[in-house]
Amino acid sequence: MTEPLSFDVTRLPSPHLNDSHEAWRQTVRAFVDREISPHVNEWDEAGAFPRELHKKAAAAGLIGLGFPEEYGGISDGVDVFHSLIAAEELARAGSGGLVAGLMTHGIGLPPIIALGSEELKQRIAPAVLAGDKLIALCVTEPSGGSDVANLKTKAVKKNGGYIVNGEKTFITSGRRADYLTVAVRTGSGGAGGLSFLLIEADRPGITRTPLKKMGWWMSDTASIHFDDVAVPAENLIGQENAGFAGIVANFNMERLSMAAQAVAFARVCIEDAAAWARDRQTFGKPLAKHQVIRHKFAEMTRMTNATQSYLDHCAWRVMKGESPVAELSLLKVQATRTMEFCAREAMQILGGAGFMRGCRVERIYREVRVMAIGGGSEEIMNDLAARQMGL
Amino acid sequence: MKILVPVKRVIDYNVKVRVKSDQSGVDLANVKMSMNPFDEIAVEEAVRLKEAGTAEEIVAVSIGPEKAQDQLRQALAMGADRAILIKTEETVEPLAVAKLLKKVVEEESPELVILGKQAIDDDSNQTGQMLAALLGWAQGTFASKVNLADGKIDVTREIDGGLQTVSLKLPAIVTTDLRLNEPRYASLPNIMKAKKKPLDVKEIGDYGVDVAPRLETLKVTEPPKREAGVKVESVAELVDKLKNEAGVL
Repeated sequence: MTEPLSFDVTRLPSPHLNDSHEAWRQTVRAFVDREISPHVNEWDEAGAFPRELHKKAAAAGLIGLGFPEEYGGISDGVDVFHSLIAAEELARAGSGGLVAGLMTHGIGLPPIIALGSEELKQRIAPAVLAGDKLIALCVTEPSGGSDVANLKTKAVKKNGGYIVNGEKTFITSGRRADYLTVAVRTGSGGAGGLSFLLIEADRPGITRTPLKKMGWWMSDTASIHFDDVAVPAENLIGQENAGFAGIVANFNMERLSMAAQAVAFARVCIEDAAAWARDRQTFGKPLAKHQVIRHKFAEMTRMTNATQSYLDHCAWRVMKGESPVAELSLLKVQATRTMEFCAREAMQILGGAGFMRGCRVERIYREVRVMAIGGGSEEIMNDLAARQMGL
Repeated sequence: MKILVPVKRVIDYNVKVRVKSDQSGVDLANVKMSMNPFDEIAVEEAVRLKEAGTAEEIVAVSIGPEKAQDQLRQALAMGADRAILIKTEETVEPLAVAKLLKKVVEEESPELVILGKQAIDDDSNQTGQMLAALLGWAQGTFASKVNLADGKIDVTREIDGGLQTVSLKLPAIVTTDLRLNEPRYASLPNIMKAKKKPLDVKEIGDYGVDVAPRLETLKVTEPPKREAGVKVESVAELVDKLKNEAGVL
């Protein structure tokens, strides 16, 4: 007898996973089952999750994962697959908003670790990795997101520090964050004039406005306005006008991790649709016995299998120290298309029940667009890949 | 003080158990296995006693297949200091387990053995009690609270109708109930450290104990499926069925 279709059955075995990965999966799964899954519906409706979850996640090792030990991170014996397992298991709760809000430091902190001074790292990283302080990444502006090289928020040198003016938008954890990692223009136009500043969110001149969204309700998303905000020189992250490298430093892990989440969401859709299809009786037999429905499961599984294999391949190359930009771009497209397809098909199988709020598939369906647009839209990803094809 | 914590590898509590087609038992092929949840509570309690400075060393022991090392590693990641696997691919019944544990106790001389009150696979609820009898030690079963001081251990037990507190002289056996504590997660750094902690693998034959099963399983079947109810057309029909079929009126 074969195992019924489920989240675990749709996870292809990977040659890259060892006992420590499996043990880590059990830890994250237990954490999600105890601390997250019972509350996701409630949190999404409330538009927020408790701040203490950051501390609990830090205690379980989720927040420090992949960051250097000397700043309170966990890096000894850790590889990229531990991070992807965390992304995948967090996604199992069926809320991308939770992952985005809980793990915002995953994009906010790396520029500091990659470029920042020792003093800055010591000042910021330990409190963030302990779950005591939240940090958000501020790059996108009302005038543009993907076109990073042309962003407009200005930092002008004055009295040995900087005065910042401008506006950032679609900032994840923007209202809750204690620290903001802000991309600013310090030099001339283009990528060569960009710097990163660490700005404490309580500095005078900062106003933050919440934004309402199609999905990711429990994740706080905000516009942030900077009006003559004074920032000391020691808050400069790395060298002046060399900030673009910090922006790029995030991309590989962000795209891998989003791809891992997207496949996991697709597997959640398969699991919930399969459970429903086995149970629901129509025309005298279970939904799952109708060919038109069965083929949907074959198609969904084909897509998650292919995406998972591609994800393993890309992760393995990143683990070896490569930076396969074109592959990672295509992987992200593949993963969000898979998520989109599975969310659609699972909704068709669930029918009216899927349209009702309070189930994982309904929420995932609402979150498809942010996954396909955020962290590099499908169009930008395809273009980035095509540019490296020698066409 | 040294604490011994036996742990068992069992089918994961989330798995929907399936009976083998030949009715010889439960299908364990490709099924997720975990540490018995009551044993996790036992490990947690031992680790808390160590953190409180009451205990110095925690030894986890499992009797089971080679793969039971996964559960011992989990115990080590939660905070046990070292582990012993007594390897067997055969079914071992509670009495055989208790006899083997008695041998381990004689070798290790712990002052306290904390066990899960039962394993969620066979629900025997016998090993702790049998071990206490074989050793001639005091026992506090179904513990919901444990207080260790001055060579004594007070165990609050969940019994029908309320709580009972017994005071035991050490050495003693404690078995854990669900409400004793909430076990911690094995954090990633501790999972890594656990790989380096000592894990001795022994053969069941090393102990010279008669482990032959006393029970023979005739067959294992699924619980009967609940049948759908009947719809009646009228009150009169309902009354008639209640009178003549159900016999309750």
